[in-house]
Amino acid sequence: MSERLPILRIGGNLLVSIQADLDDQTVMNLQEDLAEHVVRHGARGVIIDITAAEIVDSFVGRMLSTIASISRLLDAETVVVGMRPAVAITLVELGLSLGGVRTALNLEQGLAILAERSSAGPAAR
Amino acid sequence: MTSPGLDPEGTRIQLIATSDDVVRARQLVRTLAVGCGLSLVDQTKLVTAASELARNTLSYGGGGTMSALPVERNGRRGVRLSFTDEGPGIPDIDLALRDGWSSGSGMGLGLSGARRLVDEFELRTVVDEGTTVTVVKWSR
Repeated sequence: MSERLPILRIGGNLLVSIQADLDDQTVMNLQEDLAEHVVRHGARGVIIDITAAEIVDSFVGRMLSTIASISRLLDAETVVVGMRPAVAITLVELGLSLGGVRTALNLEQGLAILAERSSAGPAAR
Repeated sequence: MTSPGLDPEGTRIQLIATSDDVVRARQLVRTLAVGCGLSLVDQTKLVTAASELARNTLSYGGGGTMSALPVERNGRRGVRLSFTDEGPGIPDIDLALRDGWSSGSGMGLGLSGARRLVDEFELRTVVDEGTTVTVVKWSR
């Protein structure tokens, strides 16, 4: 049944890895858990690693957008990292643009984006 | 319906009654897609479409089944999936297939998005009786 994904802390940021096949309730739990962690730890950034995700459907896509919006309200920036090429192609065809969600190719670049933001104030977008 | 040259391998049925079943449906479709020689991108598109349609079956149809079948036509192999429920049906098909329209909490991309991800798409629905969506993805 549904589980709760571990949320790791790296400096002032939070990191969570989405594994291949999450049921919908686990995805919903993640939204709440991340919001709570952002506030509790005063996190400035959230990295969602989807390297292991074989697909991103509209449900997970919506969750990524929602997490980005919630985090922004809580003064944290969200970066989605590790999207597979086939997933990107499929998302575009599906009609999901993930508006408002920043992406980076890998964890290292995602952390660099967050570091830039915390040193330069609010990011351009 | 698509029927010429059905592979005799037989249909696999997956019950869709919980969100765990949506996960199982995805896994079954992935296995069949790999077996039929679909490219990685086509596998991803088909599994994503299956996820959308299975969730529709669960959330709007109140549950149902997915039947999955390897098919072959003119030397090309593919996967055919049928999602069937006995739910309320869809009163306005054109509206339901429109991007951005949703009767539920989704983004309204389920049906229209799934249609773009497959090669063949057929929707049969009768109000108060149920809905069947059948899709096919062919190997290139």
